[in-house]
Amino acid sequence: MSRVLLLHGGLIALLAALHFVLPPYHHGNLARIMVLSVYAMGYNVMFGYTGLLSLGHALFFAAGMYGMGLAVSLGGFGGAIALGAGLAAAFSVAAITGLLALRTAGVQLMIVTLMFAQAGYLTVLYFGEVTRGDEGFVVDQTARMIAGLDLRNEAVRYWAALLAFGLTLGGTLGLVLSPFGHVLIAIRENEERARMLGYDVWRYKFVAFVISGTISGAAGALYGLLFGYVGASFAAVPYSIFPLLWVLLGGAGTVLGPFVGTLFMFYLIDISSGLTSAYLIVVGIALVLLILFARAGLMGELRRRVMPWLP
Amino acid sequence: MEFGPHLILALIEGSVQAAVLALTAVGLSLVFGVMRVVNVAHGEFYMLGAVLAWLISTQIAGHPALGFAAALIIAPLVVGAIAAAADLSILKRVDYDPEATIVATIGILYILQQVVLMTYGPEARPVEAPFNTRIALPWLEGGEIVYPWGFGTTTYKLAVIGAAAAILTTLWLVLSRSKAGLMMRATQLDREMALAFGLPVERIYAVVFGAGAALAALAAVLIVPIQQAHYLMGAEPLLLAFIVVIIGGLGSLRGTIVAAILIGLSDGIVSVFFSPTLAKILSTLLVAMVLVFRPQGLFGQRRA
Repeated sequence: MSRVLLLHGGLIALLAALHFVLPPYHHGNLARIMVLSVYAMGYNVMFGYTGLLSLGHALFFAAGMYGMGLAVSLGGFGGAIALGAGLAAAFSVAAITGLLALRTAGVQLMIVTLMFAQAGYLTVLYFGEVTRGDEGFVVDQTARMIAGLDLRNEAVRYWAALLAFGLTLGGTLGLVLSPFGHVLIAIRENEERARMLGYDVWRYKFVAFVISGTISGAAGALYGLLFGYVGASFAAVPYSIFPLLWVLLGGAGTVLGPFVGTLFMFYLIDISSGLTSAYLIVVGIALVLLILFARAGLMGELRRRVMPWLP
Repeated sequence: MEFGPHLILALIEGSVQAAVLALTAVGLSLVFGVMRVVNVAHGEFYMLGAVLAWLISTQIAGHPALGFAAALIIAPLVVGAIAAAADLSILKRVDYDPEATIVATIGILYILQQVVLMTYGPEARPVEAPFNTRIALPWLEGGEIVYPWGFGTTTYKLAVIGAAAAILTTLWLVLSRSKAGLMMRATQLDREMALAFGLPVERIYAVVFGAGAALAALAAVLIVPIQQAHYLMGAEPLLLAFIVVIIGGLGSLRGTIVAAILIGLSDGIVSVFFSPTLAKILSTLLVAMVLVFRPQGLFGQRRA
């Protein structure tokens, strides 16, 4: 137990220390990576621990982002309330889609979530007058303040991202180590057996779905608030595929996997987009190679070979 | 123009849509029916067919019909071969696990799409139709036969509908009458038993996956003189084909064709009279609801 805390606490401490040494470019990147790994960690609760593969998490990411952005642009609210609005939007969208989508399983769940996300993306385009569609809109500068802290400042932004990252990391760690988390893993491993043991499988799956969607939405709201931009591309198919890719690469069903996967993929795409405009080919090749040779991902392989105690 | 001619125009456009959609969706349905896997890269095989059609037709000099005929034969064969190779090198190795296959085909989707972006580029390019004579359509107005301006279609559009019908009939004959069709149906019914009877199931899978992709490519070659070839053109037919296959009942070919006609026609009509985005939102949600509440599809049989 103590080595688990040491490892995860150590990562947070390392990220805090990096704030003082990283050059500006990588400092900014790392802030983005931390927020995106919050998204990946949210995805991991459902995919990695409960074994439910969703292809529509962009719906929740975008619900959080637009909930936040529209609270600012239409409601004129400040940062903290807007963030809360984003969370509430993601929570409700996740609850409604969960209620419907969890009637299906496996491949059908993938297609249903994909369809819901597609409908969400088209809805953003349909209300183009408010959302400004693909073009998106810039979040009002004055709203990007929380408790007197200016989120446009790069240092504040980094600490805010680290805070959200730390909270989510601690939260998911606590979740998977709790009895509730064990039931989720039991459902992933053998749903029938979990049901036979008397667990209300549907309820556990639903709660996992809503937690996963709400964390993803929180990441979306925070991303929009910290980096000041809300756009339809965050609701489109690639943003449903990315968390799957990050989690697969880092290791599904490991607490650190989402961060490791996001970190690697972010830099892989960053480097390749400097070389070619067809940088998404990296995503394709990575997906195929992962599914062929390393389905456990980086942290999963590490757990299998060296550190069996990794949560 | 009044409502009547508008509706007939919408019906003709819808029929062309339906014909192409039926070919694309039957390819997806065939793969799902026999192999029990969802091919997310299906739209990219369609796109590849269109891009190859452009490439082939620009390489062949002379009458546009010559290049088009060559594209009609070569493009589906090449795309089918690529798909079969992807099946043998990737899908076979994940053992056709349904979820792993979806992730793998998403990977194939990006690889194909981005390779086309690197080589063919981001432009949309047209392919010349082999023949394209305008037909003005008559309309009855006050007891007189008139030819309203702008009311008409082209011989090529009618030919697309005819060609799709011919291809689907051929496919049905192959599946129900030939030995290869028998082997496919046997594999579909019971893979283990087919293996036990010595059927080369792996080769059948590769052929089916290739044939499904070839059907998508064929549909694209037919449509490319009306639309244009572009590296992102695969997303829309993929989604529509998904919708059709789900409404028609996963794996049921007859249901797929009925649903393709239904969706193609209503898509044509709805997009003439309503906002296409709203129509797409509603149809997408409708399909999601069908999957949630009637997973066997509207025409499919509930499997035991």
